[in-house]
Amino acid sequence: MSFFATFGLWMAVFFTLSIFSFLYKDNPFYKFAEQVFVGLSAAYWLVYLFYSIMLPNLFNKLLSDFSGNLILLVPAALGLMMLIRLIPKAQWVSRYPIAILIGTSAGINMVRYAKSDLLSQISATMINPFSASNLSGIIGNFLLIIGTVCGVYFFYFSKKQDGFSTVPSKLGIWFLMVSFGASFGYTVMARISLLIGRLEFLLKDWLHIIK
Amino acid sequence: MSANPNSLLERRIVFLLLFVAVTIPLIFPIGWKTEVSGYAKMAWELIEATPDSSVVIFSFDYDPSTMTELQPMAEAMLHHAFSRNQKVMAMALWPQGAQMADQAFGKALESFPEKKYGVDYVNVGYKVAGIVAIQSMGRNMAEVFPTDQRGTKYAELHMLKKIRTLKDIGYVNSLSSGTPGIKEWVMAARDAYGTPVTGGTTAVSAPGLLPYVNSQKQLHGLLGGLKAASEYETLIDKIGTATVKMDAQSIAHLLILIFIALGNIRAFWAKKRRKA
Repeated sequence: MSFFATFGLWMAVFFTLSIFSFLYKDNPFYKFAEQVFVGLSAAYWLVYLFYSIMLPNLFNKLLSDFSGNLILLVPAALGLMMLIRLIPKAQWVSRYPIAILIGTSAGINMVRYAKSDLLSQISATMINPFSASNLSGIIGNFLLIIGTVCGVYFFYFSKKQDGFSTVPSKLGIWFLMVSFGASFGYTVMARISLLIGRLEFLLKDWLHIIK
Repeated sequence: MSANPNSLLERRIVFLLLFVAVTIPLIFPIGWKTEVSGYAKMAWELIEATPDSSVVIFSFDYDPSTMTELQPMAEAMLHHAFSRNQKVMAMALWPQGAQMADQAFGKALESFPEKKYGVDYVNVGYKVAGIVAIQSMGRNMAEVFPTDQRGTKYAELHMLKKIRTLKDIGYVNSLSSGTPGIKEWVMAARDAYGTPVTGGTTAVSAPGLLPYVNSQKQLHGLLGGLKAASEYETLIDKIGTATVKMDAQSIAHLLILIFIALGNIRAFWAKKRRKA
């Protein structure tokens, strides 16, 4: 292994253990590692985004064929206007590119979300529950329909819910609680996976205990 | 206000036990089997049913922070696609995804050394703009990716010669750990152009994406977290990195369940004592 590879490995080990040391208590090693991470990330992304976005999509194109890429001056100007935010007296200039950004995003997303998150999801709930080939599938289809209807009903606030109307609302809460529980379970799984990843690095790449 | 010293000590014991619970199975694997879920099977079926020589997209929409969960999925699915003789175009909606793709290809080539760059697989690299880039791919792929990551022009890449838009793609497989990722592929590729989409995601993101696996087939199955990666390895009959790590994952889950039970019993007794 080359000197730089070995040095990199030991650096990674040092920072991994420094971050883990917070589990015992806050200490200077943890603070050092945290601050190095924040500073390094900011610098890394600045350089990376310049070389992978600004350079190929703007500067290179303008330098190779300026007249053919005149349209690129528009986003370039909008980007500069955004940076004017740093000058307190001229901050208002940055509102125009922000307005364009929000308007464009809203326009693009409105159609897509309406189709994918509203119409298609509603269609996916309008199913024949008995279309499934086995009993568990049929029960699953019923749960899907009842859960969706009751979950949506829980968020119906235009009329006071009392008497019989509280039943679907309470059922909706149960379905929501089950979904929160599932989300929590998945989150635990993800966090343990991250721990496994770091321990695998320490045991495999550093200590060579496992292959 | 300072923390209760007993609670601090207990927290440290929990961390220590968790550390031991994860470390021991990594050193001494148990070899527990993983049951294959319907979601993983659906993703497998899509790749299995796609004809030979189809050009497919693997979108690496993640970075090293989540590679523990997503890299095993990428490697297993790539192995499956290569075994079905599909031609894989790798791309990334995340800047560091292109490097993740290179690593996955490196691993897959150990099993398929005969696969040639430009003919069987290609890495066109990172593209900025997320959903807008996908929408543009639906109109003209060559415009979105004028060159691959090595600087070769799109028209000179043998496997992409007949690929003009997303409609010419067999399926899209997005390995995603956030935005842009699977959701954007569903919205722009599946719902706008009808290209089948499957994928894998981190366990944290999985519950939010599962509703897209529905009767409308917005998403053809979904791999969520390390467990699903090991399920996929079971489906392709390969013991990969996810399968090896699942022992540690299972032991840790068991320990957490015990902690939750103990915590609840203790809270119950404390409540009872207060009442008495």
